[in-house]
Amino acid sequence: MQTVTLIPGDGIGPEISAAVVKIFDAAKAPIRWEERNVTAIKGPGGKWMIPPDAKESMDRSKIGLKGPLKTPIAAGHPSMNLLLRKTFDLYANVRPCVTIEGYKTPYTDVNLVTIRENTEGEYSGIEHVIVDGVVQSIKLITENASRRIAEYAFEYARNNQRSSVTAVHKANIMRMSDGLFLRKCREVAENYKDIKFTEMYLDTVCLNMVQDPTQFDVLVMPNLYGDILSDLCAGLIGGLGVTPSGNIGANGVAIFESVHGTAPDIAGMDLANPTALLLSAVMMLRHMGLHEFAHRIQTACFNTIRDKKVLTKDLGGSSKCSEFTAEICRRVQDLA
Amino acid sequence: MAAVLRRSLVTLVKDLGGPRWLQLASRPLSVSAGLRSSETPPARADTTFKVTMVPGDGVGPELMTSVKEVFKAGDIPVEFEEFHLSEVQNMASEEKLDQVLTSMRNNKVAIKGKIHTPMEYKGELASYEMKLRRKLDLFANVVHVNSLPGYNTRHNNLDLVIIREQTEGEYSSLEHESVSGVIECLKIITREKSRRIAKFAFDYATKKGRNKVTAVHKANIMKLGDGLFLQSCAEVAQLYPKIKYENIIIDNCCMQLVQNPYQFDVLVMPNLYGNIIDNLAAGLVGGAGVVPGESYSAEYAVFETGARHPFAQAVGRNIANPTAMLLSAANMLRHLNLEYHSQMVTDAVKRVIKQGKVRTGDLGGYATSDEFTRAVIANLAV
Repeated sequence: MQTVTLIPGDGIGPEISAAVVKIFDAAKAPIRWEERNVTAIKGPGGKWMIPPDAKESMDRSKIGLKGPLKTPIAAGHPSMNLLLRKTFDLYANVRPCVTIEGYKTPYTDVNLVTIRENTEGEYSGIEHVIVDGVVQSIKLITENASRRIAEYAFEYARNNQRSSVTAVHKANIMRMSDGLFLRKCREVAENYKDIKFTEMYLDTVCLNMVQDPTQFDVLVMPNLYGDILSDLCAGLIGGLGVTPSGNIGANGVAIFESVHGTAPDIAGMDLANPTALLLSAVMMLRHMGLHEFAHRIQTACFNTIRDKKVLTKDLGGSSKCSEFTAEICRRVQDLA
Repeated sequence: MAAVLRRSLVTLVKDLGGPRWLQLASRPLSVSAGLRSSETPPARADTTFKVTMVPGDGVGPELMTSVKEVFKAGDIPVEFEEFHLSEVQNMASEEKLDQVLTSMRNNKVAIKGKIHTPMEYKGELASYEMKLRRKLDLFANVVHVNSLPGYNTRHNNLDLVIIREQTEGEYSSLEHESVSGVIECLKIITREKSRRIAKFAFDYATKKGRNKVTAVHKANIMKLGDGLFLQSCAEVAQLYPKIKYENIIIDNCCMQLVQNPYQFDVLVMPNLYGNIIDNLAAGLVGGAGVVPGESYSAEYAVFETGARHPFAQAVGRNIANPTAMLLSAANMLRHLNLEYHSQMVTDAVKRVIKQGKVRTGDLGGYATSDEFTRAVIANLAV
């Protein structure tokens, strides 16, 4: 039995978290949930931080599952996602984008993973007004962070039986900063001769991605490019409602999450689609080495979508969240 | 003036597809074109127009050959002044750049391939491509993404315009190593340039009879930099009450483009996002080989492909698709007020694509670049 910190989140968060818990129960997955709420609080010295009991739970369990959190605009505190990322040094964002059979989009056979550096780059938050009307934003690229993300990407490829890693960059324009990132990727690639390494300009990747996404496998890139490409790839398979995501940190800490919004308009109405959070939970099981449970739950979920009998509204059906969940539970038990 | 009006009417009658007169009046960007237009009849030109040609690297020279052949066959009154500028073939120097600039100052109009930028950092942060852009102050890049009738992709009947600021932002070439292993790269956003590109976008939308301008940004993260861009766009938008104004975050924009691209009309954005969206959108309608593009300053106009790639792996293999460059050349002719010739080239290219018999490899055909060019020539209604 392993403990996982569950952060249900806001809006539809509690419903979809409950759905995941239910499905995990049906699969008899050896997980004990420790539910924690997360709202930003002001610590001593006026620094924003997450509540101590949530932090303490995460420190113990090392693994978290998180629903969507709302970021009040202009409320003065930073986005909760950013705060979590900083608190636990979650440096890698991993998003597998795999075509879901039965959920039709213009693209078929997408099967790729984007790995995004999550701590620096354009998101350094260092900006200043030099004179009125001229703003300078600083993009920070460091040797250590670049090497760390490159190593993670190759490790991931090796552990998940993937054959190639593509570094996405813009070193023709940002010759020093992206140049450094690329150099580190090349160096790390030397130690992983079993994985094919290629490098590609960001614009070329975008061009090729929308024409033929099947040519890509694992993609590794700095922060902003990762932000853009991961959403682009999510679009290929049907959007954020079906795309899982994981944030990997140092010392074995990891938080898995759904990256869609809190959908306040349908919150509490039993209409939400729990797929993204469920698939994130499946990623979590794989991360914990519980492959058999992961496989069973994922198969049950995919089969439910493929058969098109019980689907939530956003997937093109008319069922409620609870009905969709019950159907997956039934299939999980059948598969056992 | 009377001549201009009469011609406008003739074109209007000839082509009911759109408000052509708006387009005819839409050329404040080139002084030369404006001056010459009144003496040049549409079908027959007494003078020849001089145009600067920079073939660039990769397949650039091959594409230019195609353009030259088609122009020759169509008896188009344009004369090219060719300059080979290349960083990878040791053909770049300040003198060369000056020659190009001098020629541009005389001609005002150029057609250009991509000058490849080697990745290796040799102490020089700005590439020649960037230097050229900055020296001529080519601040606005326009890519009109239009599906080609007869060539089916995942998203058909697309019609959107991407307007990109291309002199500042991430492409400022300001980078330094603050301590060993830590690189700072500066992105510069100024109110002046943000307002300038926003105004360009709204003027473009007005002239081309388009309804909506969407600003693309990442102001939730880069609150000051992209915030300034967004604010500038919003301010300029107020001067154009007839055009709808929206904004969208770059990552969402990319996702929407692959899911439902029809919601967009004119998009305006800072430099790097433009690079991304240009390529993404080009991919939606058939790739780098089919989408034309152009760059403008207050004085100059440079015609090029929409997605700028040297496509070096295709050099000498006779497989590059000349469609984008030919369409761009046709746009150049329209810019020179050679309306008749422009239409002739456009029609010929589109006819070849629509017939579907002669297509290059990137569109799923087996024809070589030369065969495609010959097919276009055969379809010219001279």
